[in-house]
Amino acid sequence: MLKLLSPDHWKPLNQRRWQNFRNNRRGYISLWIFLLLFILSLFAEFIANDKPVVVSYQNSLYFPVFKVYSETTFGGEFESEADYRDEYVADLIQQDGWMLWPPVRYSYDTINYHLDVPAPSPPDTENFLGTDDQARDVVARLIYGFRISVLFGLCLTIFSSIIGVIVGAIQGFYGGRIDLFGQRLIEIWSGLPVLFLLIIMTSFITPNFWWLLGIMLLFSWMGLVDVVRAEFLRARNLEYVRAARALGLDNRGIMFKHMLPNAMVATLTFMPFILTGSITTLTSLDFLGFGLPPGSPSLGELIAQGKTNLHAPWLGVSAFVVLAVMLSLLVFIGEAVRDAFDPRKL
Amino acid sequence: MTSPLLSVKDLAIQFSVGNKTVDAVHQLSFDLHPGETLAIVGESGSGKSVSTLALLQLLPPASSRIPSGSAIFKGKELLHCSEPEIRAIRGNRISMIFQEPMTSLNPLHTIEKQISESLLLHKQMSRPAAKARVIELLELVGIPDPAGRLADYPHQLSGGQKQRVMIAMALANEPDILIADEPTTALDVTVQKQVLELIKSLQKTLDMAVILISHDLNVVRHNADHIVVMKQGHVVESNSCEAIFNTPLHAYTQTLIHAEPKGRPAEVPENSARLLEADNLRVHFPVQRNFWGKPVRFMKAVHDISIAINEGETLGIVGESGSGKTTLGMAILKLINSEGRINFAGQPIEHLNQAQFRPFRKDIQIVFQDPYGSLSPRMSISQIIAEGLDIHQIGSKESQDQVIIEAMQEVELDPDMRHRYPHEFSGGQRQRIAIARALALKPKLIILDEPTSALDRTVQVQVIELLKRLQEKHGIAYIFISHDLAVVKALSHRVVVMKQGQIVEQADCNTLFADPKEEYTRELLSAAYFYSE
Repeated sequence: MLKLLSPDHWKPLNQRRWQNFRNNRRGYISLWIFLLLFILSLFAEFIANDKPVVVSYQNSLYFPVFKVYSETTFGGEFESEADYRDEYVADLIQQDGWMLWPPVRYSYDTINYHLDVPAPSPPDTENFLGTDDQARDVVARLIYGFRISVLFGLCLTIFSSIIGVIVGAIQGFYGGRIDLFGQRLIEIWSGLPVLFLLIIMTSFITPNFWWLLGIMLLFSWMGLVDVVRAEFLRARNLEYVRAARALGLDNRGIMFKHMLPNAMVATLTFMPFILTGSITTLTSLDFLGFGLPPGSPSLGELIAQGKTNLHAPWLGVSAFVVLAVMLSLLVFIGEAVRDAFDPRKL
Repeated sequence: MTSPLLSVKDLAIQFSVGNKTVDAVHQLSFDLHPGETLAIVGESGSGKSVSTLALLQLLPPASSRIPSGSAIFKGKELLHCSEPEIRAIRGNRISMIFQEPMTSLNPLHTIEKQISESLLLHKQMSRPAAKARVIELLELVGIPDPAGRLADYPHQLSGGQKQRVMIAMALANEPDILIADEPTTALDVTVQKQVLELIKSLQKTLDMAVILISHDLNVVRHNADHIVVMKQGHVVESNSCEAIFNTPLHAYTQTLIHAEPKGRPAEVPENSARLLEADNLRVHFPVQRNFWGKPVRFMKAVHDISIAINEGETLGIVGESGSGKTTLGMAILKLINSEGRINFAGQPIEHLNQAQFRPFRKDIQIVFQDPYGSLSPRMSISQIIAEGLDIHQIGSKESQDQVIIEAMQEVELDPDMRHRYPHEFSGGQRQRIAIARALALKPKLIILDEPTSALDRTVQVQVIELLKRLQEKHGIAYIFISHDLAVVKALSHRVVVMKQGQIVEQADCNTLFADPKEEYTRELLSAAYFYSE
């Protein structure tokens, strides 16, 4: 498996593509920065959390990040989960052990009750980017918000690509009536007003991550259909496809072995741009209030707060910077991928 | 001796590909006198087209460089002309016609507009004057009823007529030099002959100098006064036409001259069994449908064709483009739907569906025309050859490797190259790989659909020899589809001549060539042998 990750074991064509990708310095550096940010955000619980990572109490180790411990575990009085930020609990633990805290001692939903000024509070040494209007730490919300945006975007991209490739492949391969009806269906389907449907649907279900993904998927799979369909239509008459048919290969074999690799180039080229599109859509839904359930860390919601709290510019500015950096990185990567797959450069 | 009209000295051209520089042309020199025809002959990649493009500064300036050389046209250095100066010469004093008449004409403009464009541009003619001149030009290049064709669009003309329109466009401003870059390669043989004769007669009437570029030495035989033979950017030989043909000095020129496929195939073994029989085969494509989607008019691509072929025999199918010869091959392979009876090795196959027909696929194989298109660029040679073996589940991985090695040896390729990818091979080698792919399944019949048309003459001869040897060794039957009579003669036992989906004549190969019965066959033959006589 590891062998596959090392460029030396790739096909020469892919090695050349990798080289072309690396030659685009901007895209290559963007990829590394993005990967770093993404992997860091995957471990958000260890960076920004209201629970310590490790607690040592009476010579045994506890991991509050993974497991819920009641206050009584540490000699407290309540059966409920220990609130490690509470001075009483902290004292109990400090007396007979120690706590290792993440760099940011707030989770995305931790409310800071000890603010000197009414929320939203401006940046200070406790909350580096201030707090939002519900006294939650902005840094923590940005980290979690970045993670959920990228994960949502990736899921939506992968699922809509799979559906799009399959539909495009079937239309392009069989052509004729299937293609005709498929195209008309897509035209009608894409004419549906997505936003209104979302608003109607959110009125009788509370959308969570997966609901939202499903609803968006209903309309986002069409992006790739045209590209893949065109590739399949073209490949259908290529001589090597005919030769494969003459050798006796069945339709499925021809689609997977000879035509899909052609279409994958177009698909991979499009993917980073679909990803940015998905992230933007989620953000705008959150901004309008039709997105993720209330309380979830979301960049769109933070922007909406920035809009309503113009006297607290740190909200809008920090959300903007994170979005701008994330989308720019993805666009730069996308451009480099597009150049790398450009047949004229091979 | 008059002074030369165009004098090219030590022209060199370089291309930069990535960070590498490739020398496309080295030290090309020639003189062109008024009224003379100069032929530049060479195989693909020899730099013949590139040199003429460089003269008119038509090469992409970003990737090409002219490190040395000079081209003096009427006392003016072409290579260092400014953009406005060269524009005054291009299409005006020096005109060009290109190989592909289908793509050289703008499909959205009428004939009149395309031809009058350069008249209005260079001569500042008034529109009525330009129109009169266009009619005159069309008449000159032999388009019937020129006034009536002015409003036609290119798709309404045949290939030969398009090439005539191209010539009319080139002649519009009575140029001093006409550069014809493979003007006949994309055309059928009978049309080729007419176009070459037209250029020759126009040259006389208008007293032009012509630079004729071709890959086929025999094509230029009747037209050229002086011939430059090029190979990989170097001038191999440059001499008068008679001298080149009578006393070729360089070995390469000799191979080019003798690169006609010769000989006859080995005799078909006595009492060989009937392998394939097709009776009243029809392929009709609907071209017009009524309101309910019921086809009312058909294009009869293949109409009532009956052929038969024995084991170890080669059936040549000859015809011009659009005669339905490729469609016939596809119908036999059941890659397109057809009507009529097909018997293969005694079994009727016409009613079988794709799954039922699959076991037969290993016995009937096909080799396509374009060696660049018929191999998947993403698969290595061994994967390409093994594909058929996998489909029909022949042998284990190890024994497959042995089969691949044997197949590559059969087509005279080094088996060590089997892990490389198609783009690393030349056209001739790729065609051998395509043949090896077919051979690996040990077929009884191979349909060869113009397997040599995309190859240079010298490579063609090698492939034909290879095919003959394979037939002798394995007793494979071939259906050989081609428009090239010389190649067909070298390989076929029997020949079918097709025209517009129907059989014109079917006869033994020797009989057909010695004593053609039909007018159309005679026409084809005379056109094909027009050059070499």
